[in-house]
Amino acid sequence: MGAVSSRRTERLLNLVICLAASRRWLTKEHIRAAVPQYADCDTPEAFDRMFERDKEDLRDLGIPVVTGTDERWFDDEPGYRIDRDDYALPPIELDAQELAVVGLASRVWQQASLAGPAARALTKLTSLGVDTDQDMDGLEPRIRTAEPAFGPLYAATRDRQVVTFTYRKPNGDAAAREVEPWSVASRNGRWYLIGKDRGRGAARVFRLSRIESDVKRRGRAGIYEIPEDLDAQQMIGKHVPSTDERIATVLLRTGRGAGVRRQAVATIASAEKPGWDELQIRIGDAGMLAQALAGLGPDAVAVTPADLRAEVIRLLKGALGAQAAQIQSENPKMRVG
Amino acid sequence: MSAVAATARLSRLLTMVPWLLNRPGVELGEAARHFKITEPQLVRDLELLFVCGTPGHMPDDLISAEWDSGRIYLSNADAIARPLRLDPDEAIALIAGLRTLADLGDVNDLGDRRAVDSALVKLSAAAQDAVSAANRVDIDLTPGPGGAEATLRTAREALRLHRRLRLHYLVPARDEITERDVDPMQVTSIDGRWYLEAWCHRAEGVRLFRFDRVAGLRLLEEDGTPPPQAVSRAGDEQLFTPSEDDLVVTLEVEPRGRWVAEYYPVEQTEELPGGRLRVVLRVAAPDWIPRLVLRLGGAGRIVSPPGLADQVLTSAAAALAGYEH
Repeated sequence: MGAVSSRRTERLLNLVICLAASRRWLTKEHIRAAVPQYADCDTPEAFDRMFERDKEDLRDLGIPVVTGTDERWFDDEPGYRIDRDDYALPPIELDAQELAVVGLASRVWQQASLAGPAARALTKLTSLGVDTDQDMDGLEPRIRTAEPAFGPLYAATRDRQVVTFTYRKPNGDAAAREVEPWSVASRNGRWYLIGKDRGRGAARVFRLSRIESDVKRRGRAGIYEIPEDLDAQQMIGKHVPSTDERIATVLLRTGRGAGVRRQAVATIASAEKPGWDELQIRIGDAGMLAQALAGLGPDAVAVTPADLRAEVIRLLKGALGAQAAQIQSENPKMRVG
Repeated sequence: MSAVAATARLSRLLTMVPWLLNRPGVELGEAARHFKITEPQLVRDLELLFVCGTPGHMPDDLISAEWDSGRIYLSNADAIARPLRLDPDEAIALIAGLRTLADLGDVNDLGDRRAVDSALVKLSAAAQDAVSAANRVDIDLTPGPGGAEATLRTAREALRLHRRLRLHYLVPARDEITERDVDPMQVTSIDGRWYLEAWCHRAEGVRLFRFDRVAGLRLLEEDGTPPPQAVSRAGDEQLFTPSEDDLVVTLEVEPRGRWVAEYYPVEQTEELPGGRLRVVLRVAAPDWIPRLVLRLGGAGRIVSPPGLADQVLTSAAAALAGYEH
């Protein structure tokens, strides 16, 4: 901590105290006289510049410096003040258990972009006097904000400000988008932006990891409204597990397919195929089950139903074809398959 | 640089004053720990407070601070005796965090559900304008289906009672379910997945166990206090970073196989014509790669190494033979 920055902190702190301690509006001259560090300024212009910068610094910290005049003093020059009730955290009485969950809520951000604000907020709340050493039985929910787009999109959403960026759709096409951000939402560890796509005139969901350019904020803040009934998670699409109630018959080589076996409702040793088990499996998501069985290769056979069996065969033939074509293209003289 | 340092320090001082006023006689060491600074830094902060005060700057006008005895006494700081209100980012972070916990409360019957709800009410009242902005950050950390809720409940029970757990755990890379006894350390979420972090007696090391791979979890009678060498790695940025010794695998995927690059930690991707993608992964145990390609059903293929590519051919051909009758 250098001497310059120390002097600056001292000046800012004195400015806060003098503006908050005063019951009347303080003119610039009052302030210049009350804060000793302003004696460093040789000219009124230098003081003006320094005072303007300092006011900005205080406002950046969220300290409400307001301007006004008190007519009783017949004084036209505007003065400055900090309204203490506006400055201070409203009285908020948290008990130890509430403070413990607030601590946990702040640690949700520990590895994410709002870690700083979350920690500062907690410190402000603990400054009120309550201490807590309650732990939460080792529960530590965490999120991350690894996507570079998070910072600017969060700020634009907070301020209701239009953004532009290049977005690559799942099918690989990339295009410029102009969006009114409504919400940033996290689901399954991924961040999404929900907003109105101005080019398409409709609400859209964007996955942050598919944003390829820098995010640019444009225009003024607060210029559009956000639908009141917005349900961001609903728009991302809650994962609704498919519920195919049918039971499939599947053969698995003994000791293989541990993951698939967890779904089985019955397992017996296969009568026809020694060294194999016959499982009855509730299908649930048919596509997922077919993929799992295809992934097991020669260790699994889908017996029934016919559509599951056909799908597994289709996947296996597809994989074989694609891989054979790859090898063929690298080595045209070789015959494969 | 100096401007940022100055305002960051001012922000700390404005919080430190009410904290100290509410804890007369607190020890230097405790205060330094609370503000995550060293004792000399704390003393410099106190020295700075000592020369600040209301206009006039006669000794009576200044903040009075005493710490010679090793205990801190602060007075005459009425103007800044209350903490600064929460700024929008601070309010949003806490409220969005609390809402995330409230959602979790439905599934893990937190005994602290009451505290979450009442803290949310109190903070929302204090945060005023920021509440509507906090609505715009929406985090869903609820564990998915498949017994995750029961796992969460049992794991927290073990943590509360300091008891050992017997775990049946699926290791997909080896396609087997293992049994092991573990001493639980914490339950945490990483990138949307829930994990039990525990000292594993089988591996004699700290391991993370994914909830969706837990096939069974039972509370044992034994004490489950982890040994002293059990240090959490859950916050480690490098947690899933592959090592240099890992095998480099290159895949090419069709548009409908692009999810691979989002689902697995990939080292590098390259756009190809037609929305196709080249994906480079580093993997320790590459056996799952041919299985992934089989699942992709033609939407992806191995470019290198050739040995793995051959496995896909052999495996697919052998599997298809099982359907020929």
